[in-house]
Amino acid sequence: MGTAIDRFDEKARQTFDSIGRTEVYRGELLRHSVYTRLLHWAVALFFFLALFTGFGIYLPWLFRWFTPVFGGGALSRILHPYFGVAFVFFFFFQMLNWLTPMIWCDGDSKWMRNIRRIAASQEKLEPPDTGFFNAGQKAMFWEIVAGCIVYLITGIILWAGARSFGATAVAISYVLHDLSAIIMLGGIFIHIYLSTIGEPGTFQAMTRGAVSEAWAWTFHPAWYKKVTGRDPREDYEKARQQQNTTPKANSNPN
Amino acid sequence: MTDRKTLQTEKISGHSGPSPGLGMQRDFEVCKLVDTTTCIGCKACEVACVEWNDMPFGMTTFDNTYQTMPETRWNFWNLIKFNEHQREDGTIQWLMRKDQCMHCADPGCMAACPADGAIVKYTNGIVDFNQENCIGCEFCVSGCPFNIPRFNPGTKKVYKCTLCSDRVGEGLEPACIKACPTGCLKFGSKDDMKFIANERARQLKENFGMENAGVYDPQSVGGTHVIYVLHDATDPERYGGLPKNPTIPWSYTVWKWLFKPVLGAFALFGGLGVLMHYVSVGPRRPQPEPPEKEAANGNGD
Repeated sequence: MGTAIDRFDEKARQTFDSIGRTEVYRGELLRHSVYTRLLHWAVALFFFLALFTGFGIYLPWLFRWFTPVFGGGALSRILHPYFGVAFVFFFFFQMLNWLTPMIWCDGDSKWMRNIRRIAASQEKLEPPDTGFFNAGQKAMFWEIVAGCIVYLITGIILWAGARSFGATAVAISYVLHDLSAIIMLGGIFIHIYLSTIGEPGTFQAMTRGAVSEAWAWTFHPAWYKKVTGRDPREDYEKARQQQNTTPKANSNPN
Repeated sequence: MTDRKTLQTEKISGHSGPSPGLGMQRDFEVCKLVDTTTCIGCKACEVACVEWNDMPFGMTTFDNTYQTMPETRWNFWNLIKFNEHQREDGTIQWLMRKDQCMHCADPGCMAACPADGAIVKYTNGIVDFNQENCIGCEFCVSGCPFNIPRFNPGTKKVYKCTLCSDRVGEGLEPACIKACPTGCLKFGSKDDMKFIANERARQLKENFGMENAGVYDPQSVGGTHVIYVLHDATDPERYGGLPKNPTIPWSYTVWKWLFKPVLGAFALFGGLGVLMHYVSVGPRRPQPEPPEKEAANGNGD
């Protein structure tokens, strides 16, 4: 992508690295910088604030027990657009930050065709061309980019209302805005599942910022190869053999 | 309303058979009839509305017409619209129309409103806003084909004409009706008002040569509980934005009663789906996994 964006991201990462710390122990790799992590949690915070206030507007009768958390339906309605704007704002920087690693490539299309086997856990190791992000993560990223554009356009129309944009625009926006939210809500279930109990060892990438090498060669072999210069499959075989010969001496780093 | 005890005679002494007049009490839909042909634009109804509903004073807008302001406001629900219409022979016809909520049988505001109980429709046909349940999303504004609901930025709630539901509930006529000096406003049952309106339209046709005179009671929203007698019912648009064929955006109906529950359930099943995946397929761990025995005393995950 554009060098100006790269320079901006690089500067931001350096600035935030001087504020926060990332400890990478032996047998670990740096996964996400402080800047990336802060952006991620800012996006997450405002996503959930917008989601929860949105519930009260989406199906008030169903979430009547919940809306008082935000001071009732009317206050939810007032707060929701601000949370939404903050969500889009922080995600915008995350988008710039991740623009390069999120570019779709041939391996990703292959990955997507193979998604059934991956979801069924039939392949213990990711295909060797899976880089910093796999195709599933990229799909979710671009879904959020598209979703943010939809949110922003339809959200502004809904915020200003029919008096400014006309009844038809509001009627269309209402449907698109909710549809986008439903898709993103579905995606967030998968995202949270895979980053916690679904793929153990992943969550620390967004908290401490570091992951184990075993995690890296299992889920992102091409990235492992790029940062360590070693062959992921070889290192995996080595670790396996080591485990078989001296099972007690070398406990799994994970 | 329906179970209110009245002073209607049930039995009388020394009278065989049912008492005269028994069963005359009807449950009916109310209706306001606005005869635009006899409106003189005095705006008494505007004042009565502001007065009865105890509205705070608002500035009027002068734009070289007799009209009080361009549109109704959250605290001004009843507005006489003054429209000049040039006839084919070049003469000017001055059309005055009382603009207010039409109290549709199939209200667009209600179709659009997501909030529980913010809009109610009474059995007598009155459509009323219940501000305590309103969340101020303004979707009703876009759902209304007559451009009636008005947002109050101060309270963040939407307001409109109530057809004086508080007065009607007590057996009184709406304030605007009471104030009208010419009798162009009438209030009663929908059947009666329709009868009077049609009679008036017939009179206009036969005695005044208005061959296009007619009644405005748009069936595209199931009829309204405010009906007009118009000089020319073929072109209601000339009365200041009275739509010929008012409709509710279809997206509201489809979205609210089909998409919302279905997709909401779909999203919920997304959550169930990942749980099912965890139970049936199980997590993917970094490879190589520690051998079974090791996992027990190792630092497994």
